[in-house]
Amino acid sequence: MEAVKQITSIEELKNYIEKLRGRVSDNIIEELEKKLVEVYEKSGLYVEEVEAIIGEVLRRYESSLVEPGEPVGTVAAQSLGEPSTQMTLRVFHYAGVREFNVTLGLPRLIEIVDARKRPETPIMEIYLEDDYKHDEEKAKEVARRIESTLVENVAESISISPFEGVVIRLDPSMLEDKGVGIKDVVDVLEELKLGDIEVDEENYTIRIRLPEELMDYSKMEKIRQKVASARIKGVKGIKKVIIQKRGDEYVLIAEGSNLSEVMRVKGVDWRRVYTNDIMEVERTLGIEAARAAIIKEIKSILDDQGLDVDIRHIMLLADVMTWTGRVRQVGRMGVAGEKPSVLARAAFEMTVQRLIEAAASGEVDELSGIPENIIIGQIIPIGTGMVELYATPSTARPKGGEG
Amino acid sequence: MSEKKDINILEHVLVPKHEILSPEEAVEVLRKLGVSPKNLPWISVDDPAAKAIGAKPGDIIRIIRKSPTAGVSVAYRYVVVDVSRKEASVE
Repeated sequence: MEAVKQITSIEELKNYIEKLRGRVSDNIIEELEKKLVEVYEKSGLYVEEVEAIIGEVLRRYESSLVEPGEPVGTVAAQSLGEPSTQMTLRVFHYAGVREFNVTLGLPRLIEIVDARKRPETPIMEIYLEDDYKHDEEKAKEVARRIESTLVENVAESISISPFEGVVIRLDPSMLEDKGVGIKDVVDVLEELKLGDIEVDEENYTIRIRLPEELMDYSKMEKIRQKVASARIKGVKGIKKVIIQKRGDEYVLIAEGSNLSEVMRVKGVDWRRVYTNDIMEVERTLGIEAARAAIIKEIKSILDDQGLDVDIRHIMLLADVMTWTGRVRQVGRMGVAGEKPSVLARAAFEMTVQRLIEAAASGEVDELSGIPENIIIGQIIPIGTGMVELYATPSTARPKGGEG
Repeated sequence: MSEKKDINILEHVLVPKHEILSPEEAVEVLRKLGVSPKNLPWISVDDPAAKAIGAKPGDIIRIIRKSPTAGVSVAYRYVVVDVSRKEASVE
C-alpha cells in the first residue's frame, strides 16, 4: 500500500496552492491559502487532501464562469429589477443621520440609473486629516469652514422698503454660534454693491440705503433675496454640516455637495471625500471614479433594503453606463436610445418617430442584436444561437488539370 | 479660506490606477483581445483622470481596479475626443 504523504511545511502547502495561479482569480487563491494554512497549523494536512481540495476549487470555479453567449445583460437587468419591486416605494427616511432627509430605496435607484444632473438629496461624507480627526473641537472648526453661513442665518429680521432701505437686525447669539463678526457681514454686504451701509454696532443693526434707481416696489423682493442669501463664509452649496463619530475618528456629514471646493478646505482629507452626486464625481474625478461611485451607491441602496444582489450585476450596469466615457442613463436618451439597430430602438419607445427618423436618414439595420431578430422572427444571437456555421465550399477542381 | 493644497485626483480613493500604454503594448493588448480600439470602452480627453496622466486622443489607457470579486481587475479605455456630449434635455 502506498504510504499516505503528509504535508511537511507551509512552503510546501503554498507550492500546491500556487498551481491554481492564473486559473482562478487571485482572491480565491488568497482565501484558500488563508484557510488551508489555518487548518494545517491546527491539525496538519495530507497531500491527497490538499490535491482534492484544489481540484474541487478549480471545478467549482470553472463551472461558475459565464459561458460564451450567455446574455449577461438580461440576467443583470432581471437580477436588479426583481429586487427593486420589493423595495420600499416612496419612503424617505432618516437613515442613521438623524438630521437629514435622505432619498433611499427605489426613488434613489431610479435617480442613479437615470443619471440625473443632481440628486434630490446630495450628501457628502467628509473625512478629516490625521491632525483633525480625533479631536471634536478641531472637527467642529473644519465644519464651520465648510458649512456655508448666509446673512439670513445670522439675522433676526430683514426688512425692506424703498425709502427706509434694507434693515438687517442681527442675532448676537447666532453670530457667536457661527463665529461671525458684524464686520464680516458688512464686508459681504458691501460686495453686493447695493448702496451705502450704516452700521449700529450696539443694536446689531445694519442699514443699507438704496439709491434712487432701486427705489421701486417691484424690485424689493429680489433685493431682499439677494441680501438674505449672501454668503458670509463656507463652501457654496453646503447647507448644513454635522459631526459624526465613526470608530475612533470624527467624520463630517454635509447636506449639499461641492466636491471640488470641499477637497480644497484645510483639514479635509481630500483623498477620502465622498459625495453621492455621481455627475459631480464624474466632473471632478473622472469616469472611472464615477463607475466606482455608481457601484458603491447602488450596492448601498440594496444593502439598506436588505436585498442581496450579486455585485457583478451592478458592475455590469456601471460598465454600460460609463461605456462612452460619460455617465449616461439607462433609458431613451442613453443606453437604449443609442442602440445601433433601428428596430431595437423602435421597439423600445416612440416607435413611429424612431422609424421615420431612420427612414429619413436612410439607416441600415444589421440585425445583429436581440430585439431586431425577435421582430423579424430569426434565431436570436444568444447562447447556441450565437454560433454560425461557415462552410467553405470546396472549389471545383479544374477538369483535366494535374491528373 | 481655501488654502493652496496639492491635490492629485489620481490619489483619491475612488480613482483606480490609470496608465497610458506604449504603442507596442497597445498593439499587443488589441491583438490579445481581438478588437479594434473603438470597441474598447471610451474615456474622454477632457476627463480629469485622463488629463492628469496626460493622455492624448488615440491612446489606450490601462485601468487597474480593485475588484471585490477578482481582487484586481484590468480594464482598458480608448481616449477619444468627446463627441457624445449630447445634452439630455429632450423629453
